[in-house]
Amino acid sequence: MTVATVEQPNFFQAKKGLFSWIFTLDHKRIGLLYLYSVGSFFIVGLLLGLLMRLELLNPGRDWIEPQTYNQVFTLHGVIMIFLFIIPSIPAVFGNIFLPLLIGTDDVAFPRLNLFSWWLYVIGALFALSTLVFGDGPADTGWTFYAPYSVRTGTDVSITVLAAFVLGFSSILTGLNFIVTIHRLRTPGMGFNQMPLFAWSLYATSWIQLLATPVIGITLMMIIAERTFGVGLFDPSIGGDPILYQHMFWIYSHPAVYIMALPAMGIVSEIIPTFAQRTIFGYKAIAYSSMAIAFIGYFVWGHHMFTSGMSGPAAIIFSILTFMVAIPTAIKVFNWVATLYKGSINIEVPLLFALAFIFNFLIGGLTGLVLGALAADVHVHDTYFVVGHFHYVMFGGTGFAFMGAMHYWFPKIWGKMYNKLWANIAFAFVFIGFNVLYFPMFIMGIMGMPRRYYDYLPEFHPLNMISTYGSWILATGIFIMIINLIVSKRKGAKVGSNPWNGITLEWQTTSPPPLHNFDKMPELPEGGPYNYPNAMNE
Amino acid sequence: MNHTFTLPNSGHNFDAKASKLGMWLFLYTELLLFGGLFLVYMVYRFLNQEAFLEASYELNVWMGTVNTIILLTSSLTIAMSITALQKGDKKLSVILLWLTIAAALAFLVIKYFEWSAKFEHGLFPGMEHYDALPVGERLYFYLYFFMTGLHALHVIVGAVFILVVVKKINNGSVNQKRYSLLENSGLYWHLVDLVWIYLFPLFYLIH
Repeated sequence: MTVATVEQPNFFQAKKGLFSWIFTLDHKRIGLLYLYSVGSFFIVGLLLGLLMRLELLNPGRDWIEPQTYNQVFTLHGVIMIFLFIIPSIPAVFGNIFLPLLIGTDDVAFPRLNLFSWWLYVIGALFALSTLVFGDGPADTGWTFYAPYSVRTGTDVSITVLAAFVLGFSSILTGLNFIVTIHRLRTPGMGFNQMPLFAWSLYATSWIQLLATPVIGITLMMIIAERTFGVGLFDPSIGGDPILYQHMFWIYSHPAVYIMALPAMGIVSEIIPTFAQRTIFGYKAIAYSSMAIAFIGYFVWGHHMFTSGMSGPAAIIFSILTFMVAIPTAIKVFNWVATLYKGSINIEVPLLFALAFIFNFLIGGLTGLVLGALAADVHVHDTYFVVGHFHYVMFGGTGFAFMGAMHYWFPKIWGKMYNKLWANIAFAFVFIGFNVLYFPMFIMGIMGMPRRYYDYLPEFHPLNMISTYGSWILATGIFIMIINLIVSKRKGAKVGSNPWNGITLEWQTTSPPPLHNFDKMPELPEGGPYNYPNAMNE
Repeated sequence: MNHTFTLPNSGHNFDAKASKLGMWLFLYTELLLFGGLFLVYMVYRFLNQEAFLEASYELNVWMGTVNTIILLTSSLTIAMSITALQKGDKKLSVILLWLTIAAALAFLVIKYFEWSAKFEHGLFPGMEHYDALPVGERLYFYLYFFMTGLHALHVIVGAVFILVVVKKINNGSVNQKRYSLLENSGLYWHLVDLVWIYLFPLFYLIH
């Protein structure tokens, strides 16, 4: 690239040394700190998942004790939910790209942003400390259901405290993003000219803000109950375990949308760029994010259809659950319609976005089976549920995360990843993922319950297939990580806009300078995705 | 740094509206934090109406009333302090803030006496008398200690926050033109007040 002005040092070169990273106020560096920490915990969670699949390869005890298995699935859940998926896209790509996408140089509260990362690290250390100190990691499942969580001898209090601290970190990130979006958009960018990733972060942030405090106080009550022996949730001392479930899911169901909405935002960025075409139904996609966030707040009861709930309540929760499917489907139709008549450029990020749609479709439709009252009774707490939420969480959010990683890789590091290896990794991940999780639907319908370390012989073949899938998936992820690390060092240099995108982050250099823009970013005329060569119908 | 160009919408600019918006959002989270406890209170009050009534006679309504008056007055003083600073009267503003802090301390002292009376009667969870109570009354006292305890913690945090603002007014970084930190401490203090306005009738007054 030939630039007339003097080259500014990019944000990697601006300052050096460890302290310039861990005490940085630069949103891009904080995003990268999150990337490295979130990525590390993802690998820990992945290894625990592999261990579980290995144990389930054959019926009976293979490698670990039943009690260890319970602790492994709990830690796998806690790490993947609280340390990986919830912070993954908002804290990593939201931090790095939200200010770039809306044309500003940082979030509204840079110091608060750094504080959020530190809280995240402290919470993570609490969660992992149970591995080494105390009475061993919790064995309750990531849901900490009472009364077992009150009675078990394992270190539930520390794990729960970790979740509390991590929740606080998530709240502060959400607060920061809402204020950033309200106050720091580039002049001329109204809400309806914002990129859709910013919209989805906006919706996500509101959920983080309004749902997380409820789990915070609930987890505090669990700690108090364990410490003082007061019966809030344990029925033998006067408590109500159903109340705990309500309060847990009042947060934890909206949390599902904290995980899913940013992923949808990523897909809404990737698809128009690689179709070189205006996104179909911009407003429908933007407002459906808000609709999902809003309706998603009122559907928590569908986790409790078998826990004892009045008939009318169950029916209302079921209807509301079906209603969430509408805005979700709107998005899927719009993405597909965007591709229609586009000049499609098949690159790895687009492959991940398409795989997202494929996986999310399966995950979403099986979700409707679970949301239907009669069907849920049959498949509740079976592997069907495990398959369902891995399809939406990993097949959805995980794939979007990997897609974003490849999409913005050249922007963050100014280099291109090795495309051949990226394609190979994608193939392994996509095939491995489906081989791993699809058999779970069949096992679930056949009646295999979740969270057991053993199973009846009739489930053996399907469990074997699933475990083989886990190896293919892990291989793919391993190839991808190696490829990205090598490409970061040795990849070919790229200019500021390798994908020919028109959102604002492509107007600055790669990597961006410390203050993001050396001149005023120019808004594309007629909306954020108005590609000049778009075909008109 | 040879940095020459700065965006007009920089995140490093001082933006009073942004900090106020941020504070309001934070207050929402606080409301929901207490909201969870109010929900639990509501459920158990509904399930154990007699016991809750019985247990509530143990509380000292007079102390609660005095504390309510103290807190409400302190909300007035901090609101007046904001207006004083806006009008440029730095000295009056600081005096009013000290009055607010004094009210916070008075509240905590009274709370201390209330709590220690309960401790003497063995009503804290885990104590002998407490364990002998019927289940509903145990829940009542548990919620009483949990909710007023969390509230007292907020009183302490709020008082420290106001103390920081006093220091900043004295060294001039919070002033007539740039008072959003003072305003935010006021907002926070009103929240502390608001929560108490609900706690007081729920625990002391419903008979």
